[in-house]
Amino acid sequence: MGTGTRQQTAESVRTPTRAAVRIAGLVKTYPASGRRRHGPGLNLLRGAPRTTDVPGAAGVRACDGVTLDVREGEIFGLLGPNGAGKSTVVRQLTGLMRPDSGTVEVLGHDLVRHPERAARILAYLGQESAALDELTVALAAETTGRLRGLDASAARRERDDVLDELGLTALAGRPLRKLSGGQRRLACVASALVGERPLLVLDEPTTGMDPVARRAVWSALERRRAERGATVVLVTHNVMEAETVLDRVAVLDRGRVIACDTPGGLKAMVGGDVRLDLVWRDRAPLDVPQVAALAAHATVSGRRWTLRLAPEEARAAVDAVTAGRAFAALDDFSLATPSLEDVYLALGGSGEGLVKV
Amino acid sequence: MSTVASAQAQAAQAGRNGTGERAQSGDEPKRGGPAAPAATADAADAATAAATVAPAPLAPRARLWPALAAVYRAQLSRARVARIPLLFVATFQSLGIMVLMRGVVDGGAESRAVVAGSAVLVVAFVALNLLAQYFGRLRAGGGLDHYATLPVPAAAVVLGAAGAYASFTVPGVLVTAVAGGVLYQLPLSGLWVLVAVVPLAGAALAGLGAALGLLAPKPEIATLCGQLGMSAALLLGVLPGGHLPQPVGLLRDLLPSTYGVEALARGFQTRPDWGHAALDLGVCAAVGVVSLALATWAYRRAAVR
Repeated sequence: MGTGTRQQTAESVRTPTRAAVRIAGLVKTYPASGRRRHGPGLNLLRGAPRTTDVPGAAGVRACDGVTLDVREGEIFGLLGPNGAGKSTVVRQLTGLMRPDSGTVEVLGHDLVRHPERAARILAYLGQESAALDELTVALAAETTGRLRGLDASAARRERDDVLDELGLTALAGRPLRKLSGGQRRLACVASALVGERPLLVLDEPTTGMDPVARRAVWSALERRRAERGATVVLVTHNVMEAETVLDRVAVLDRGRVIACDTPGGLKAMVGGDVRLDLVWRDRAPLDVPQVAALAAHATVSGRRWTLRLAPEEARAAVDAVTAGRAFAALDDFSLATPSLEDVYLALGGSGEGLVKV
Repeated sequence: MSTVASAQAQAAQAGRNGTGERAQSGDEPKRGGPAAPAATADAADAATAAATVAPAPLAPRARLWPALAAVYRAQLSRARVARIPLLFVATFQSLGIMVLMRGVVDGGAESRAVVAGSAVLVVAFVALNLLAQYFGRLRAGGGLDHYATLPVPAAAVVLGAAGAYASFTVPGVLVTAVAGGVLYQLPLSGLWVLVAVVPLAGAALAGLGAALGLLAPKPEIATLCGQLGMSAALLLGVLPGGHLPQPVGLLRDLLPSTYGVEALARGFQTRPDWGHAALDLGVCAAVGVVSLALATWAYRRAAVR
């Protein structure tokens, strides 16, 4: 983790409940050369630190001393943009990848020493659906259940329940590859949920889904937590998902956990600042002195300015831009309390690649 | 932090020395009861750490045969989606070769070799070439992760897929063999030998295809290897062995499809030599066992990085 203050914050959320997942000092470096055996694209590991300990063999450190505790029954999120190292963490958590160093313990099982136990204690939803694409939705779910050790009748029963729960019954007979991206993702979530497991590890489960499907997934996860005490580790780069669903969030940047707390706790870290977004019709009227003063603090993206200000400064700025020539040039504005994106930026993350809706 | 860290270390140590060993040996303890009441935060943290040493029970593994059947069934259903390449392309190709060769060969051993070679080519196309491509794509696209995070024996995944691909060849082999027999006026009474030729040649070639797909560093290389294997089966299968130069003949002997071709060609004789056919099929079976074992090893290697 980063600074002492952040370390303290992460520790402060450890409470005396049983830990479902304990990850300590996890390090994973991908070789920089093309000799690497199949793994997540290095081009995605944008900005990840390069290792220099072996001359001429610098690699990309996708995971740089990650330490996390996830409590039983918790919906825990890993938040960060593409290339932050989220998927690398979950691939090590699920036994798909061996860490260079560090420990991974799930419900008392050491998965670095016994990676084969992962399949018997957790369900994993990866980002790819290649193995299921040519199966029908129903057969994908049923087969996954069978391969998770269910007998035929139990697999069929759970298949029907999960398809019904996620609103997929009407699509049950259609092959995944003929579905839209969101529907296909939902079918993959259904497969992940067939066959009860105490830990669900889901890598960007709601990517491409419409709001209805997204809510169905969140409800299904919440139901498993409430009724069966399941623990969920969920990778996301969607800020709204993180704020809505997660009990706690670890914010990752360049292979490091830069903060770990509840969404509310993380937002409190950026204090009372608010975010002011200004969208100009054509260009900003910089000849207005108050607007020119704001320009120095704004993050400019085309016609959009984003400012993070103390509430009283924000009030003054709103007064300034909603009067006279500034208002005539203004297309739209919004004032919002801090989001996890603001937290991410305040902690030094790049912010690019985070999805806000 | 120090308390937590030390408690965690103790818990980890206890896990290594105590209950962790029991779980490893198969005597899996039930999940521990509620954590002991703790009067202070430190004591509670210690209790948390202690609670983690009782490993949660592991779900049972999927057993080999039910898992194999589930994979086989799922793979077989893919014919609904990908039926054109899986079922028809190989058959059309073999029928085309037989029509082309009709004016070239005079009958007898050459005719039998062409028809048997064309029929087994269907197996080589689907079980070797398409299966190599399938596993190559699956590996490159991260699809193996799905199976690798399920408690399923590696052999079930490989054998299920190989069996399904071998099954895809059945209609094509039958059509090719019957059409070839009629076209070249060969006796069809020995065609029952296909009951053994298809599964045994299918096992040998599907095992090789799966191994190629899983071992190739890139899917393009898997495709290339599959194509080369199929081309070898085509060139070396449809020509009688006696007409080939010695080095090419040796290469032909190394190709597992050759023995399937030989067995089927004997079936087209007026008085088939079933003893030699059985020997040929025995070689197919032995190669099948070895190649499927190789594919299973390759799957394990590819599944965990």
